[in-house]
Amino acid sequence: MLPTRAVGLRRIALIGLAGALAVTTAACASERGSGDSASDTFIFGAAGAPKNFDPIFNDDGESFRPARQMFDTLVTYKPGTTELEGGLATAWTPSNGNTTWTFTLRQGVKFHDGTPFNAAAVCFNFERWFTMKGAAAQSQMIYYGDVFEGFKTNEGDISGEPVYKSCEAKDDGTAVLNLNKAKGAFPDAFGLTSLSMSSPDALKKYDADNVTQSGEAFSYPPYATDHPTGTGPYKFDSFDKANNTITLVRNDDYWGEKAKTAKLIFKIIPDENARKQELAAGTIDGYDFPSPADYNSLKDAGDQVLIRPAFNILYLGINQKNNPKLQDVRVRKAIEYAINKDQLVRNRLPEGAYAQDQFLPNNVPGYTPAVEKHSYDADMARQLLAEAGASDLTLNFYVPTEVTRPYMPNPVDIAAAVTDDLKAVGIKVNVIQEPWNGGFKDSVQKIGKHDLHLLGWTGDYADPSNFVGTFFGRPKAEFGFDNPQVFDALSTADAQTTPETKKTAYENASVVISQYVPAVPLSSSPPGIVVRSDVQGLIPTPLTDERFYTVTKG
Amino acid sequence: MLRFVIRRLLQAIPTLLVLSILVFAWLRLLPGGPATALLGDKATPEKIASLNSVLGLDQPIPVQYFKFLGRVVTGDFGASLVSGDTVLAEIGRALPATIELSVAALVLAIGFGIPMGYLAARYRGRFLDNATVLTTLVGVAVPVFFFGVLLKYVFAQKLGILPPSGRQDVTIDATHVTGFFTLDGLLTGELDATWDAIKHLILPGIALASIPFAVIVRITRASVLDVQQEDFVRTAESKGLTTATIRQRHVLRNALLPVSTTIGLQTGLLLAGAVLTEKVFNWNGLGSLLAQGIERRDYPRLQALLLLAALVYVIVNLLVDISYAIIDPRVRVR
Repeated sequence: MLPTRAVGLRRIALIGLAGALAVTTAACASERGSGDSASDTFIFGAAGAPKNFDPIFNDDGESFRPARQMFDTLVTYKPGTTELEGGLATAWTPSNGNTTWTFTLRQGVKFHDGTPFNAAAVCFNFERWFTMKGAAAQSQMIYYGDVFEGFKTNEGDISGEPVYKSCEAKDDGTAVLNLNKAKGAFPDAFGLTSLSMSSPDALKKYDADNVTQSGEAFSYPPYATDHPTGTGPYKFDSFDKANNTITLVRNDDYWGEKAKTAKLIFKIIPDENARKQELAAGTIDGYDFPSPADYNSLKDAGDQVLIRPAFNILYLGINQKNNPKLQDVRVRKAIEYAINKDQLVRNRLPEGAYAQDQFLPNNVPGYTPAVEKHSYDADMARQLLAEAGASDLTLNFYVPTEVTRPYMPNPVDIAAAVTDDLKAVGIKVNVIQEPWNGGFKDSVQKIGKHDLHLLGWTGDYADPSNFVGTFFGRPKAEFGFDNPQVFDALSTADAQTTPETKKTAYENASVVISQYVPAVPLSSSPPGIVVRSDVQGLIPTPLTDERFYTVTKG
Repeated sequence: MLRFVIRRLLQAIPTLLVLSILVFAWLRLLPGGPATALLGDKATPEKIASLNSVLGLDQPIPVQYFKFLGRVVTGDFGASLVSGDTVLAEIGRALPATIELSVAALVLAIGFGIPMGYLAARYRGRFLDNATVLTTLVGVAVPVFFFGVLLKYVFAQKLGILPPSGRQDVTIDATHVTGFFTLDGLLTGELDATWDAIKHLILPGIALASIPFAVIVRITRASVLDVQQEDFVRTAESKGLTTATIRQRHVLRNALLPVSTTIGLQTGLLLAGAVLTEKVFNWNGLGSLLAQGIERRDYPRLQALLLLAALVYVIVNLLVDISYAIIDPRVRVR
């Protein structure tokens, strides 16, 4: 008995010693591994994985964020604003009634694969988009489809007349884009991340156009998954899907200011609470869209909550189709008078939000103080309802759940405040809650089951057509009206070819819309982005497309 | 024995087929769909309709089902709507993560659960027993996500001694060979990577182990108490065997029969627990895959995952039955 126990003890002691040794060596090694590069690596917590890295096939923020660091666009937006400035083009000049755009290109720019950026490369990109084949590819090119309206060969249900006509490389430094018609979205839309410039060589080498359908989904070619090649301040290094990490490295040949950190890592953390805890534990340096409810605790912990200028709209939608009383403008005005927007903004929306009387944020041309205002006045609301014979009004109010958006951090709370205001003037409200992607969007945007609904929009670029044009430019199930005066005002505005006439025409459209009240504008809210106290140089932008090459740590 | 296993495997096929129909129909009857999720906020109803027709989602559900079945028979589960990777590749990546986490949780639950249950029975009614029973009550009652968040708050945020989430530090440039991060470091000689992976495993492992641990303690305790009353124990005592021999050979061995059933069932339930634990700890395994799949209505991914879960359940049950048959030969006859 005794000898066996002695052997056993000795064995345990040996195992323990070996374990302790292993732990010590490992600890030393890990200190070595992370010690020297900490301040040279910026780690950002992302809420989701990118769909892929080819900007043209993407339309969501999580895909755009890494793309924005690796690619440049012809024009871009001044950091922190929605104003245009030179990107890969130093000048962009319209002619022929805005159907021709001449780009003067930046000299000496190289793609990450070492090939030169020039007019031929610009035209290669435009041609590639225009001639993209396959319904799969086209249904993935949401922004291109929106801006350029059609393809050389339209497939699926896309049937628009293409805006793109041709592209000529006049010389290395001059690219000329010819369009079939003028479009108000230009030149702002040239700055869309989707329309980033890719290396023609890499596009060909990695089979970029070969999007295939597999079962009920699409599979992307190697260019989009492993070899995105732009001109941006960072280059693609790896996407470790097992560890959910995207690593970018500094592009030492960047044409502009070189990136301050050698590595930029995106750590994908879908759960917001988990992002918050990682920030507190110091394993990430920042994350996007912190919940407004956390602003104070984040600041108390020493983190910086950077507030972007508001570039979105929250509105109470009105559908005129189901309830004839809603076709009476007095009833719609009564609904607007009934809502105490200032109180809503104060109690339910983040710092920096402001009440709205029109459908454009105040930093977009077309915003005007001249709109007809229906500021909170419960008595006026009751009076208008009585005049319209609608004192016994009952409305079905559709509210989304399971969603947060920069313009509505908590839709159910906001809806509750609106409902209270409506009830206070005698409107009966049936609140119907549906999950965002589990019924709400179908009920409201496709079928139009509702009388009222809560929805909003974040802009893509600072052109008014991207806001009011999207909402009220044509008949939609969401609003259920057909008013030539509103449609005309918007299409006239979109056809203007100079910034000045466009601004005036959109101001006019804003006034027409405010008189017609197709919906009730509620507020614009600034989304936040949070970084640790030792992070400097991040400029929050209204378009939420921050570039991280200016960021330093420590 | 072989015949017993084959018969049970054959019985599993119709079960899986019925399950596949239920899963398929259930997914498609949920409101909202992948196109709405895929196209994002800027999608118009026309674009959603167009994408649905491209994806074949506008066809009658039975037609979609038979197409799906046709592909599955050839081993093609399609690609994920979210990532564009084939579903099998996604599962292949996530499986090691979930197995690593589940094994860690099981080792913790069994390693601590059986001895504690045994000791509680041995010192029945004394302090140790009461403390154990109370601990297990808490273990069963506290939801995994709350416990997980609490663990993170204390050990990652306040004390800063363990990483809050993820499987490995992002600044470690580790090579992945098997997908089991703890093994990979050993295989490639990157010991710091293994150590880092182990540190990442501790908190989620504890969180996930909490429920099976509590259940195993309680079953072991009850079972040991039961067996101690059996006639054969009294016989062994009267034969004059040492207490140690009786405890090991007679009591513990017989007491473990119901415990092994419990462990089997808990293994199946671990997968369900993993969904929450993985979400809380950003553990990139099957649970996370499932959670994101539901949010995005990723049909191909969900179909494959739910079928896989059903398959695992069938297999675990089979293994439990086989272990029964080994421990107690009478089962084989039935």
